[in-house]
Amino acid sequence: MRSIRYQLATLAALMLVTGCMMFARPPKDLDYSRTRISAAGSYRATIRPQGDSIPQGKLHRWVLHLEAPNGTPIDACQITVDGGMPQHGHGLPTKPKVTRDLGNGDHLVEGMKFNMGGWWVVKFHIASATGSDSVVFNLKL
Amino acid sequence: MSPLPNGLGRALRNFRNSAVFAILVSAIAGVGGATIVSVAAARGVQVQSSGWSEAERATLRSLSLTSLEPLAPDPSNRYGDDPRAAALGRELFFDTRLSGNGRVSCATCHVPEKDLQDGTPLAHGVGTTARRTMPIAGTAHNAWFFWDGRTDSQWAQALGPLESAVEHGGTRAQYAHVIAKYYRTEYEDVFGSLPALAQVPRHAGPVADTAARAAWQRLPSTQRDEISRVYANIGKAIAAFERKIEFMPSRFDRYVDAELAGRPQDARTALSKDEEAGLRLFIGKANCVNCHNGPLFTDQHFHNTGVPVPSSSLDLPVDSGRTVGVRQALAGEFNCTSSYSDAKSDCDELTFAVTDGNELVRAYKTPSLRNVAGRAPYMHAGQFASIDEVLSHYNAAPRSPFGKTELRPLHLSPVELSQLEIFLKLLTTPVAAPKGWLEAPSNQANGDRGHVSNY
Repeated sequence: MRSIRYQLATLAALMLVTGCMMFARPPKDLDYSRTRISAAGSYRATIRPQGDSIPQGKLHRWVLHLEAPNGTPIDACQITVDGGMPQHGHGLPTKPKVTRDLGNGDHLVEGMKFNMGGWWVVKFHIASATGSDSVVFNLKL
Repeated sequence: MSPLPNGLGRALRNFRNSAVFAILVSAIAGVGGATIVSVAAARGVQVQSSGWSEAERATLRSLSLTSLEPLAPDPSNRYGDDPRAAALGRELFFDTRLSGNGRVSCATCHVPEKDLQDGTPLAHGVGTTARRTMPIAGTAHNAWFFWDGRTDSQWAQALGPLESAVEHGGTRAQYAHVIAKYYRTEYEDVFGSLPALAQVPRHAGPVADTAARAAWQRLPSTQRDEISRVYANIGKAIAAFERKIEFMPSRFDRYVDAELAGRPQDARTALSKDEEAGLRLFIGKANCVNCHNGPLFTDQHFHNTGVPVPSSSLDLPVDSGRTVGVRQALAGEFNCTSSYSDAKSDCDELTFAVTDGNELVRAYKTPSLRNVAGRAPYMHAGQFASIDEVLSHYNAAPRSPFGKTELRPLHLSPVELSQLEIFLKLLTTPVAAPKGWLEAPSNQANGDRGHVSNY
């Protein structure tokens, strides 16, 4: 009986944990680096937020730099932006877009905004002659 | 009656009373030792003030009014910081001639003595609205206005109620006549010459009233545009008036400022144990600061928090919140990209707005919590009569009547809920405005207000 109670208590605790995990700390092993390799290895992407630090609650711009694995800048491509807060279950508060190719593999991303603190992810889907691939950046605000 | 089987319910109760539970909750909430203290406080154990961690101090700093950036110019309103426009806006704000029945002014619902709101679930102008009146102080910092963000500037917001059939109930042609008769000099000093109005009917505008709408349609498009420009300028003057209404520092701000400066807390700034415990909950375990962040305690965004359908809604259309609001903003006659806006290109909030998706369904704007304790009832239609009811709702996180709530159950104890409520009272503060700014102009108080006008 004691064992059953212990198991039930453990189960209940797990249920509570699951309920609260939505706002728990992010996983400890997240990679917050600003240069990442895309999922299938087609691109090396670097983000350069305007002003370097990422503000909370303000519209701002990023430059996304794209290279092939051999270092060749990628200019001609289609890029879409997505993201959100995995632990909260919601997306970005804005719909950022790549508005201009700046040359030398640089792409201007406008409409970036993060309306609360915590762990955010920003995902770029990239399609070019090199192939379709996506790259995810983790941010901590 | 517990919804759990007896054995499981008992085991769960035993577990929740254990120290292991307290530590587990603290670990989950991710605020370390400070939250253990809060959990202890919830059980009646004396709070031991352990100071604030660096991360907590950063959060406190972000919430202090001293972190509020100076008000940036509104690129869509080049008269926004013109004192002559603000003085005219003040006159217009209190003027009941800007209404269909001569009895309603902006101040009818935005009552100066009540933090510029009206304390009722739904606003009452010439009729009854479907939403709660929002306060004004500090709103010039906003990107979106109304509960659903259906306008993208303060001046466009001011125009919505003026032609609403249930708020001011008038028309833009009527208001242009009021300006020409009573405010010609003040108006023309700021905005230039008024158009000729001799041939313009007294009641005409794109409103619900069919006669006024038909009269509007009969006007040449150039004349409609001239009148709409006067109407837009009325909004810009009112916005210039409202931009000067900000917040004074509250007890919370004084506490944080002293804490961050390393000054000892004195009788004027110190928090009681329950107030401090409430603050720790607010920025920690209770997750309030997720959305109520920054010096105005709002993320300026829209969220579905599962608030109930108002009991008064039987006679109202379905309210889908931001879903409709963002479409209205994009199509808005007076939005940032319109010909009535002074913005050249800086309309990024509108350009990059999320325009579709489930997250917009029944999502409403996060209100500022400054002065929240004196501002019952709460939510977009005044569904909750007290802060206690609001906190109970957030603690339980029920399903949303439509769409999906972003809330998760908080499992806060009654003591913790009470501490949060005590903390929220720290945000009470007078509004900051120029001397006499929120008093009705004397010429209106003694003269033409309060009767049915010719316009």
